[in-house]
Amino acid sequence: MSVQVYFEDVQEGTELPVLRKDPTTQQLVMYAGASGDFYQIHYDQDFARANGLPTVIIHGALKNAFLGQLVTDWVGEHGTVKKLTVQYRGMDEPGTPVYCKGVVTKTSLEDGAGLVECDIWLEDHQGKKTTPGSAVVALPLRAG
Amino acid sequence: MAESVITQEMRDVIGVESEPVTQEIEKGAIIRFAQAIGDSNPLFTDEAAARKSRYGGLIAPPTFLRSVLANPPSTDLKIPYSVGLDGGSEWEYFEPVRPGDRITHTVQLVELFEREGRMGSMLFVVREGRYVNQFGTLVATERTTGIHYDPPQEA
Repeated sequence: MSVQVYFEDVQEGTELPVLRKDPTTQQLVMYAGASGDFYQIHYDQDFARANGLPTVIIHGALKNAFLGQLVTDWVGEHGTVKKLTVQYRGMDEPGTPVYCKGVVTKTSLEDGAGLVECDIWLEDHQGKKTTPGSAVVALPLRAG
Repeated sequence: MAESVITQEMRDVIGVESEPVTQEIEKGAIIRFAQAIGDSNPLFTDEAAARKSRYGGLIAPPTFLRSVLANPPSTDLKIPYSVGLDGGSEWEYFEPVRPGDRITHTVQLVELFEREGRMGSMLFVVREGRYVNQFGTLVATERTTGIHYDPPQEA
């Protein structure tokens, strides 16, 4: 596990470590199996095209999972994810990397808990933010 | 703006809670889910390491809950479009989910609205799911937005 981040370490503007993911059609099939989401637009190209899509697209929920990993990797064992919000504004296709990023927007101490709000988003390989979102986490205090 | 497709019958479904669906969380399902999303966090994949953590054992990744049910609860909403896309999720978490938990999932329709978009008329369906464990503790809620439309006709 990585080095634990503490509430005192972060402030507005602190960036979360970037998480690169390389989704493939194989991963989409693995996700379909693990999640039980067998909607054909995620693995059947003919079906996707018949539904007005250029090709198969990444499950929104898989992008949500990537952004979940961005946050759980960052908060570490002693941090806790409180809220995780994502909006699928743009579609992403397998075969090119996507980048999960985030920045701290607010920190507050509430009832002895170090709460941190972040903007998070997923960018495609051309830098387009297809999946914006936000997160609220609790980080441990050094002066606990 | 085209005529609304939202009928009174559809509105009547708002606020009606679905039949609950209960499922036991299997350790293997958590590990397979973490593998499928490419997340090697030992809290989700390595029981020996997770046992030494503050959780005392494996826990599920944040979005795992959405995936545990082969037959998720559903509302009685009849949607007059052929294509449905996932528009997004708002999760709130209260307790970790662990192998062996028995999670009861219910869902209800909370909002219907329409917009014109690049696919023509689109219907937005907002639902809220609640996940409660075997101790009666609410572990998470998920508010989802589904986007429904008919595919554009080829010119």
